Amino acid sequence: MIVGENLVKRFGDFEAVRGIDIRIERGESFGFLGPNGAGKSSTMRMIGCVSPVSSGSLRIFGLDPASHGAEIRARIGVVPQLDNLDTELKLIDNLVVYGRYFDIPRKECLRRSEELLDFVQLADRRNDIVETLSGGMKRRLTIARSLINQPELLLLDEPTTGLDPQARHILWDRLYRLKQQGVTLVLTTHYMDEAEQLCDRLVVMDGGRIVAEGAPRQLIVDHSSREVLELRFPAGTNADFESALADIGDRREVLPDRVLIYGHDGDELLRLVHARDLHPESALVRRSTLEDVFLRLTGRSLVE
Amino acid sequence: MSTLPSVRVWESHLYVMRRIWKTDVLLNLLQPVLFILGMGLGVGSLVDRRVESASTLGDVPYLTFLGPGLMATTAMMIGAFEALWPLLGGFKWGGSFEAMAATELTPQQVVRGEVLWWTTRCGISVLGVAVVLLCIPETRSIGIVWAVPVATACGVAFAALTGSWTSTREFDNSFSNISRLVITPLFLFGGAFYPVSSLPDAIEPIAYVTPLWHAVELCRDLSLHRAGWGESLVHVSVLVGFIVVGWIMCQRNFAKRLHR
Repeated sequence: MIVGENLVKRFGDFEAVRGIDIRIERGESFGFLGPNGAGKSSTMRMIGCVSPVSSGSLRIFGLDPASHGAEIRARIGVVPQLDNLDTELKLIDNLVVYGRYFDIPRKECLRRSEELLDFVQLADRRNDIVETLSGGMKRRLTIARSLINQPELLLLDEPTTGLDPQARHILWDRLYRLKQQGVTLVLTTHYMDEAEQLCDRLVVMDGGRIVAEGAPRQLIVDHSSREVLELRFPAGTNADFESALADIGDRREVLPDRVLIYGHDGDELLRLVHARDLHPESALVRRSTLEDVFLRLTGRSLVE
Repeated sequence: MSTLPSVRVWESHLYVMRRIWKTDVLLNLLQPVLFILGMGLGVGSLVDRRVESASTLGDVPYLTFLGPGLMATTAMMIGAFEALWPLLGGFKWGGSFEAMAATELTPQQVVRGEVLWWTTRCGISVLGVAVVLLCIPETRSIGIVWAVPVATACGVAFAALTGSWTSTREFDNSFSNISRLVITPLFLFGGAFYPVSSLPDAIEPIAYVTPLWHAVELCRDLSLHRAGWGESLVHVSVLVGFIVVGWIMCQRNFAKRLHR
């Protein structure tokens, strides 16, 4: 459905995307994971046909965005990073106006809009002005709007950034339903839990390049251990314990606020730490996540 | 049945306008009406007492001279302001242009829709002024009706020129200077209140290169039934020329910004 080869996006001297290869199949749910400035949004804008490819080749539905941009855009839905709803208009009018851009007859726009408001659980706010909605509701409305042309492909740029946990879960649920209906989802995120929840497959981007690719679970298996032990020592002393912990676990990461120890069995790791008469202020055993994969691959946290 | 893309862009403005048109139209009428009353009656009573003034104005009362020009100045203001804050908002605060760009619409179609919208917006205001002028005996003339499209074109020219600049802006802090340094001087020196021939010779030619003067002259000539074919053709060509230039620059700048 989407094939990109050696994709590059340049802005003047700055290379935002530095030659990436992507292949996304129909019906798949695909994620771009990475910190701010990794090149995720630039890639999404190229796929959305609103940013010309600087070099390399890109095909969407087998079509070239350079010559068939409008035709491709007619078949995709876009949820931009920042909501660009018309805040002075009613919810229903926002959807109808947007549907008209696709030349959908007004009556049909209205029918689909009612259906979509229902789908994103905003039917009771139908006649309210958008300005009065909460952040999570605006996000849901933007998603509803992106579906008005019944897209085969939905592009979501950081769909849940800045939302509270409950709002995120409602959104995830809606996106999951879309996926079940066969809509191809492509999203960017810097939340690993979001990527694990939603993506069949993902790429980890850093500095305009793809640094890893695979299914979330597989990436964790390949690049991290099964479990992680998180230790907190008194502020500023984490590094002092590095040598004392040197041979415990498969691998260690010393972060400003905590020390991570990777291994198969977290409780066993903690027992070893205690056996050395080391007494961290707190200790937590958890399963390894994509955050750990990212840390391993780049030496930095995802959300800084 | 399919609708032209530009018309679909234009429709989106109607949705916003639907909520605010009553106060908007009335407020836009207020300024020309104030000038008709204040200048036309007040200054007019002074001017009309001098015999030489009458010949400078073309042997008509001051109010008759002033009225038609206000159609053009009104259009200029409406057009220019429509292409400042509301237009930047489309790129930034509301982001409606960004939203359109994500759909099947092309930047060219978006600009075409904007031109259509500016035409509507200026046209409505000009019509309002025309109705007022038709109600006043001194300014009543069938020529006022012909002046409506001329003044509207003036507004669109200003919108297109201003819009081509606005679409390259990131911030609105220089916008009020456009009004202080461009719009207000043109309003005063563009020939609406007195013939530009009354100005010092050094300043006079400036008027000829602005769309406003050509629109003011043509509107006045039409309403006084003294428009010659040759001059009218020049005025119309200048107005159309400015619209075309502004339009082309808008297309280029919109494309650069929306498909960056």
